[in-house]
Amino acid sequence: MLKQQRKAKINTEQCVACGSCIRVCPRNAVAIPRGIFALVDEKLCVGCGKCVKECPASVIRLEVVSI
Amino acid sequence: MKAKKKWHDYLWILSLTYLVLGFFNILFAWLGLLCFFIPLIISAVKGNKAYCNKYCGRGQLFSLIGGRFGLSRRKDIPAWMRSKYFRYGFLAFFLAMFLVMLWNTYLVFSGASGLKQVVTLLWTFRLPWNWAYYGSLFSPGVAQFAFGFYSVMLTSTVLGLVTMALFKPRSWCVYCPMGTMTQLICKTKS
Repeated sequence: MLKQQRKAKINTEQCVACGSCIRVCPRNAVAIPRGIFALVDEKLCVGCGKCVKECPASVIRLEVVSI
Repeated sequence: MKAKKKWHDYLWILSLTYLVLGFFNILFAWLGLLCFFIPLIISAVKGNKAYCNKYCGRGQLFSLIGGRFGLSRRKDIPAWMRSKYFRYGFLAFFLAMFLVMLWNTYLVFSGASGLKQVVTLLWTFRLPWNWAYYGSLFSPGVAQFAFGFYSVMLTSTVLGLVTMALFKPRSWCVYCPMGTMTQLICKTKS
């Protein structure tokens, strides 16, 4: 059966790579590997939405995905 | 559970100290060059934005005042402010103003103009700042650079505080010229 879960999705085109999301993520699921944009590890993300609230550019959304 | 705080989580103290020191002796403004060179070196050598992500004391200061102390409306930043046009435009404007500051410093070094003991806020308002200058062992140009550089740092702090209050705590990070520049370096490197 498909399970639905919320995951943080980053608009990488508009991300400024400031790293505010890394600081607030309780699961260490966000990383900025090459200094260009942040990436969320979907396996770790629990969809808590802390990064969504924190992101100064407001480029993170919670999306429902089926897994 | 929250991770244990590391030494670099306290760098906001340095940023705050820097701003305070400028009120006592303007020559401390030279230390601000660290905030210019360290991020550039990290991005050029390591190809990442570790400075913004971990070590930026100014960003930490904004998240402390806007976040912990709650002095922020926590609203979304307008779309135009996070657009590439505005970010690169602001970077270009910032660099142009920086060149003007360097030119004024050069004029004082060469003796073509005298030292102006003012801090220019928002590139417009000239605040008398003579109480923080007791003479320099070197050329007055050294002090002129300090006044100019402190103007840059104070102006960006004021802008950052305004956007922190209006939008989210770290709104400054969206259009921070250093952030835009290091991101650009990382883009060209990869």
